[in-house]
Amino acid sequence: MKSTRSMVLVSADPESMDRGALDVFTELQKQIIEFGLEEEIALSMVNDISKPGFVPLVLVYPDAVIYGPIKPGDVHQIVEEHLYKGRVVEEKQISPYNLSGRIAWLSARKGTLPAENRIVLKNVGVIDPEDISDYIIHDGYQALGTVLNDLTPEETIALIKKSGLRGRGGAGFPTGLKWQFVNTAKGEKKYVICNADESEPGTFKDRLVLEGDPHAIIEAMLISAYAVGADEGIVYIRGEYGLAISRIKIAIEQARNFGLLGKNIFDTAFNFDLHIHAGAGAYICGEETALIESIEGNRGEPRSRPPYPTTAGLWQKPTLVNNVETLANIPAIIRNGAEWFQSIGTDSSPGTKVFTILGNVNVTGLIEVPMGITLREVISIYAKGMKNGANFKLAQTGGSSGSIIPSSLQDIPMDFDSYKKAGVSLGSGALLIANDEVCVVDLVKVLLNFFRNESCGKCYPCRIATPRAYEILTNISEGIGTMHDLDILLTMSKHLVELSLCGLGQTAGSPLKDFLTHFRAEVEAHIKLKVCPAGVCPMSGRRTY
Amino acid sequence: MPIKLKQEQDINHYIRALADEKGHEKAELIPILHEINAELGYISDDAIKALSEQMKIPTSQIYSVVTFYRMLSNEPRGRHVIQFCESAPCHVAGGRKVLLKLQEELGLTQGETSQDDKWTLITTSCLGICGVGPVMIIDHDIYGNVTPDQVPEILSHYD
Repeated sequence: MKSTRSMVLVSADPESMDRGALDVFTELQKQIIEFGLEEEIALSMVNDISKPGFVPLVLVYPDAVIYGPIKPGDVHQIVEEHLYKGRVVEEKQISPYNLSGRIAWLSARKGTLPAENRIVLKNVGVIDPEDISDYIIHDGYQALGTVLNDLTPEETIALIKKSGLRGRGGAGFPTGLKWQFVNTAKGEKKYVICNADESEPGTFKDRLVLEGDPHAIIEAMLISAYAVGADEGIVYIRGEYGLAISRIKIAIEQARNFGLLGKNIFDTAFNFDLHIHAGAGAYICGEETALIESIEGNRGEPRSRPPYPTTAGLWQKPTLVNNVETLANIPAIIRNGAEWFQSIGTDSSPGTKVFTILGNVNVTGLIEVPMGITLREVISIYAKGMKNGANFKLAQTGGSSGSIIPSSLQDIPMDFDSYKKAGVSLGSGALLIANDEVCVVDLVKVLLNFFRNESCGKCYPCRIATPRAYEILTNISEGIGTMHDLDILLTMSKHLVELSLCGLGQTAGSPLKDFLTHFRAEVEAHIKLKVCPAGVCPMSGRRTY
Repeated sequence: MPIKLKQEQDINHYIRALADEKGHEKAELIPILHEINAELGYISDDAIKALSEQMKIPTSQIYSVVTFYRMLSNEPRGRHVIQFCESAPCHVAGGRKVLLKLQEELGLTQGETSQDDKWTLITTSCLGICGVGPVMIIDHDIYGNVTPDQVPEILSHYD
């Protein structure tokens, strides 16, 4: 496992490059290797941070120390004193007055390391997912042994509660508490379900875990089943994930052959078996009650709650539903302890989060970082800046069910509570990053098109408002919207959020509000001036739906 | 996808065998429908009727399930099914232009099947391959980072 102690960033805007940033970077590379620190220190270049005349800059995390302007000749001292011996080189630090506002925020980040820290994805790409022995060599099923032999179900739940783990499906509900609800629910027969119906646009973290580390999910489900008193489990995987389905199938077969599924596991009285249910293509089935309906052979329409699945779920029995990413944290928490887990991330949201980075950036892909990283850090460090040096306009978090984050909110720590306080939501961890060429009207139109297709049609607010909002947005994009339309959109947003039966309708309302809160001028330009500032909307002056 | 069984009798026989193999519980309905869809290319009214008798579930309920899920189809589809992702990440990465090109090349709009039964074009929500958008899937082949220029070449691989 790659663990990074420090992270060093070199500014790479055009002026820095003119003044020798590349030489500084090469020298840093050389010196870091000379001091034998290449395993512990990550080095990269970032754009968009300097103020003219005081470049190149060298930033050192987690201390949040900024050096500048730096010449190749200064590098040796910084590496030796700061990176090797751990002493800040005071005289090379840049005065805060010479920093641009863009990085003044950095000093507030002291002590946090936005470096990758892999818990969920620890084994992904490292082990052979089709070989159980490889998983066992990498500490696999050790946590299960600990739980079955040394802990009672109640102690297991207490441990998970203490760790502060929160559901990674999007809502952020405390996992230990959910386990406790199922544990204390009345009933002989109980179920555990792994929600692997990952359909959130822009999210593919769960697929990578299922494909790369399927036994971790099986182990976590065994542990959760023991904790809540269930003897049967179902992995609900979306039907489109062919490879994930076949990998989980193989893993279940192998676990059964090793006696890890079935009766008297580890020679205890604990019995558990697991099977797969493949979805048939419906976003709504990621909602837990719709998922349960789907397993029962029905249309995937959410149920009214209460009762919650924790008391009356699958076949009306107490049922625990956990997301793949949530489960993937469980074995590591048992092995390393609750304190270890709490030491990562923020106080209210311990642990890491897997983010998928998408859109108009230089590097797209998947990262696992401690909770509390900011959007700006993600863009500058991991996405290597905006493509073609364009301006960051907005980010759409969490697939369709998150929020639209304007650039003014990019320095908010990404954890459940900080985002909630700012009135936005983290969602499932997809970060769709957009530049100035993206039109908000067009983007929200695409989002509403998604919701109108995926609405199950059970409750009125969602069934009626999502297509109607799409029609209004289409009109605006064709240059025939009215100012009154905006009031209607806001009313719809309110109704969707307050009156919908499930999360789909509730989140369908948020982009309608977000884009009018943060980008009202741009929307009004479509209506009053009949111009799309980004040049994306057709503006044909005709009704097209 | 080949349509192997056309005769009503064959379908009855096939579905009885399938239900016997999988079980007659309602929980097996969707897995069975998956199988039928893969085998026949779509779930015909005859198949729904036969399944209804086997599993003792009203045809209306089976029909409502078939039409609910995107991966199940109640209508015949072409030999090759093109699924094009129209969710936001692919859209932002330039998906709209690729879709327009596809529609132009095929002479189809979304949901349509070509006269010669070769192509069916459907637009779909996120396929979970967003790192390489715009994404499309033809049958079981996945294409990522698709540009409009590549469309004719990709289509030419299928007959």
